[in-house]
Amino acid sequence: MKYYDKLIFELSKEGRKGYSLPKNQFPQSPELPLQLRRASALPLPEVSEPDVVRHYNNLSQMNFGVDTGFYPLGSCTMKYNPKINEEMAALPGFNALHPLQDAPAAEKVLAHMNDLLSAITGMHKFTFAPCAGAHGELTGLMIMRSYHIGRGDLGRTKVIVPDSAHGTNPASAAVCGLEVVQVKSLENGRIDIEALKPLLDSSVAGIMMTNPNTLGLFETEIKTIAKLVHEAGGLLYYDGANMNPLMGVVRPGNMGFDIMHLNLHKTFSTPHGGGGPGSGPVGVAKHLEHCLDGLKVSGFHGNFGVILRAYAYILSIGRENLRKVGQYSVLSANYIKESLKDLYKLPIEGVCKHEFVFDGLLNDGAHDDVPGATTLDVAKRLLDYGFHAPTIYFPLLFHQAIMIEPTETESKETLDAFIAVMRQIAAEAAQNPELLHAAPHNAPISRPDETAAARNPILKWQDTLPA
Amino acid sequence: MSKILEGLKYSESHEWVKVEGNVALVGVSDYAQKEMGDITYVDLPEEGDDVIAGEEFGALESVKAASDLISPVSGVVVAVNAALEDTPEAVNEDAYAAWIIKVEMSNPADLDALMDAAAYKAYIKE
Amino acid sequence: MAAYLPHTEADIRAMLEKVGLKTLEDLYSDVPQEFLHRGEYDLPEALSEQELREWLQGLDAQTPRLKVFVGQGAYDHYTPAVIPYLTQRSEFITAYTPYQCEISQGTLRYIFEYQSLICALTGLDVSNASLYDGPTAAAEAMMMAVECTRRKTRVLLSATLLPHVVKVVQTYAKFHGVEIGLLPADGGETSLAALQAELAKDDVAGVIVPSVNRYGIVEDHSGFAEAIHAEKGLLVEYCDPSALAVVKTPAEWEADIAVGDAQPLGIPLCYGGPYVGFMAVRKDHMRKMPGRIIGQTADASGRRAFVLTLQAREQHIKREKATSNICSNESLMALWVTIYLSLMGPDGLREVNNLSSDGAHYLYGELLKTGLFEEVFPGKPFLKEFVLKSRVSGLQEKLAKAGFFAALPTEEGYVSFCVTEKRSKADIDALVAAIKEG
Repeated sequence: MKYYDKLIFELSKEGRKGYSLPKNQFPQSPELPLQLRRASALPLPEVSEPDVVRHYNNLSQMNFGVDTGFYPLGSCTMKYNPKINEEMAALPGFNALHPLQDAPAAEKVLAHMNDLLSAITGMHKFTFAPCAGAHGELTGLMIMRSYHIGRGDLGRTKVIVPDSAHGTNPASAAVCGLEVVQVKSLENGRIDIEALKPLLDSSVAGIMMTNPNTLGLFETEIKTIAKLVHEAGGLLYYDGANMNPLMGVVRPGNMGFDIMHLNLHKTFSTPHGGGGPGSGPVGVAKHLEHCLDGLKVSGFHGNFGVILRAYAYILSIGRENLRKVGQYSVLSANYIKESLKDLYKLPIEGVCKHEFVFDGLLNDGAHDDVPGATTLDVAKRLLDYGFHAPTIYFPLLFHQAIMIEPTETESKETLDAFIAVMRQIAAEAAQNPELLHAAPHNAPISRPDETAAARNPILKWQDTLPA
Repeated sequence: MSKILEGLKYSESHEWVKVEGNVALVGVSDYAQKEMGDITYVDLPEEGDDVIAGEEFGALESVKAASDLISPVSGVVVAVNAALEDTPEAVNEDAYAAWIIKVEMSNPADLDALMDAAAYKAYIKE
Repeated sequence: MAAYLPHTEADIRAMLEKVGLKTLEDLYSDVPQEFLHRGEYDLPEALSEQELREWLQGLDAQTPRLKVFVGQGAYDHYTPAVIPYLTQRSEFITAYTPYQCEISQGTLRYIFEYQSLICALTGLDVSNASLYDGPTAAAEAMMMAVECTRRKTRVLLSATLLPHVVKVVQTYAKFHGVEIGLLPADGGETSLAALQAELAKDDVAGVIVPSVNRYGIVEDHSGFAEAIHAEKGLLVEYCDPSALAVVKTPAEWEADIAVGDAQPLGIPLCYGGPYVGFMAVRKDHMRKMPGRIIGQTADASGRRAFVLTLQAREQHIKREKATSNICSNESLMALWVTIYLSLMGPDGLREVNNLSSDGAHYLYGELLKTGLFEEVFPGKPFLKEFVLKSRVSGLQEKLAKAGFFAALPTEEGYVSFCVTEKRSKADIDALVAAIKEG
């Protein structure tokens, strides 16, 4: 990767054009009344097509992607994005289809997807409107509230969230007008059922869980949890961020979950696109089907282009390979864990699912007399070796959390190379911690000054110009 | 080792109070600013807002964290240190000079629930 | 499918041995037996790549190819070839969110450019890194208005906003606990008199009005900001960003927040998504704005660098106290828009508006000439979209048979038309001929 320091605005030259539009064959339409017309200048760049192509190619070369290298990013399921799916999503009939048009084939895709996702998850019916995982959570919670309100059960305003949950869970609950109640985890990383029991009163709308949880551990008491929550009149919401290890092995619907979302951009291989577009379809059990009626959470039919890619993926996997997705993702995570736990702190022993969490290096730099390095240092040093960093400082249960999720699409050779580098970094932390503190050394930039960025926000090109 | 000023009152959520007549100056302790790291923004209330002892009146932000400011006393905000909007680093530089709000106290007995310097020193156990 | 799974039998054996297990099933020994799915999943057998291609091409072929003469929130503007070419680059499309900024400067830079372009179009101070789509951006603005004004609890929506925008905002408001009031239209535009009457109730946190509305009319918001600001509420302009090249900007209307869908900036229709919502605000509201924000700073050696900034507003830090639950953006679509605006420049974007508007006015005139239509809002200024009353029943279905998607019936009983620069004079003449033939 090489450093490139232009912004498109800095390539601009007055009078240069990068567009090609048809000749105007029409009589001129009446001008807008003066008071409705834009009076201010329109400071868009003026650049040629080759300028644009080179500029964005240069920008792309400062980026790391799944196609560049291994992305052990916990909770993000950075699996390979099949290329045929891109081609299929660009098919001209679908691509040029107006959302308000009659579209039998597009509806067929959505109906088929509904059946496929229902078969995989054990849910009854999906809505495809949510555009991301967090959007799915919000939609799911709206369904949860609608269900209670529809039964005249108006006092259910609380939602229980484990302390290990993704930050979006409590935020989604708050946006949905629900109060968040945290339930703490046991030493073994699972929900504390004794702490849960007293929370389950008639004000509880439901519980949001992911299983396996954010530590990559299966909630072994899920049957009891489901029974307790249901007995208290609440519903169970399944955060599908961690669905990958259950593919072909366990269906959330069978564990007692009433509502769930899936992240098509995680489990179903659609590309993350640098942060979106994603797709977060929400599935419900049969007794909640009516709550989907009239629930309008996005403009049209959701991110159809993303749904098409995921559809292509499921058809490629098929019945006979589904289980391999789950099993191999779990095998790979356990393989890395067992290969590194002598150098990194493993707070909870035992078989993990698709991901696991280390609590930093054994030599974590916290003791002045023993050289070491923090999780941030380890993450930044990994970049020098051509790997993306794992998820760090999450979940919040541990101070030096390093959360690793390899996915099933990485070969043993890649995992071995990663393990070797993680061991090398542990050795460097002991011998030459300064090397880690100053990492990365080979990236296009070194660590930026984030404090300055937040204290004096420069948020657009115009802010960089002299006043 | 964090600085603790004699003559101030301290809360368990690490705010300090300096009493001037019926007005309380409120800031955060040196210990709190160290825990936060580089402060990038101080979310201030408005003059005239009511504050309640034990409830939040604003927040401190750093790059990776946000921490609520809890009012040690009840009353009305009579002044806010607007300079902190542009220079949040003042809290890092001298936490005791960088008062955040001045509160006209409605219940000066709130002060009795706060710690003095010695008790606060024991509380943070450095 | 095997193509995506690199595990050989030998690999699996070696890895199982390392973790001290005998079989793959042992990896799930902690899962209660009753939850392990027995038997086959109800899925089709795996398709080869060629079979998959043929299946989807078959479905695609069943989609009628109609010339699109409808907008209503999704506009058939031309996509320059450069955009799909560049956005398909592996380093852009297969990247995750730019958490590791040192190896994400490409993404961070183009989002910074995107923010700059949105500010250039709207005239406002600060843009976020993008939201899901226009309607959800409007919903976020609704929640933000309540957050910014505190104590005020009601948000007014103009009845002239696109129907899907109204519905999504109403859905969010219902669950978030915000009361919504609908401002009736007067002569096809948001009514200032109705606005003033509502503002007098002293509970209005914000007002959302369309810059160009559901009838295609370019609205006159003279006096709106003054009236709303006098009551300490926020003015939110819902905009078509393409039209902002020629119509008065949110900043010029003295709006506090601008939102909308950036789909008209060259994003394909694709049955409704992925699109991209945008939001820009005045600087005083920056810290209440939802979504990611990219800022400029320097690295250790002083080189210009870009980072995610002002993150303390966001859900991963504030959790239930965050303004919004959004934790991503529509990054690749923001790149799409950024490249589009770079290619078009100020002249190209104005020309797109001219071509669309001239074509739409030509169609408007030709339709009236047929004697089959009646004007609804005579004399009201419009650009690419308009409504008429039709004397022909079932017009949309008839035109679909002739190869056109046009004359979409509206809730009010009008028919809606839209013309973009992709429709030639010959296309329009053919549409009018088809209508005449009935």
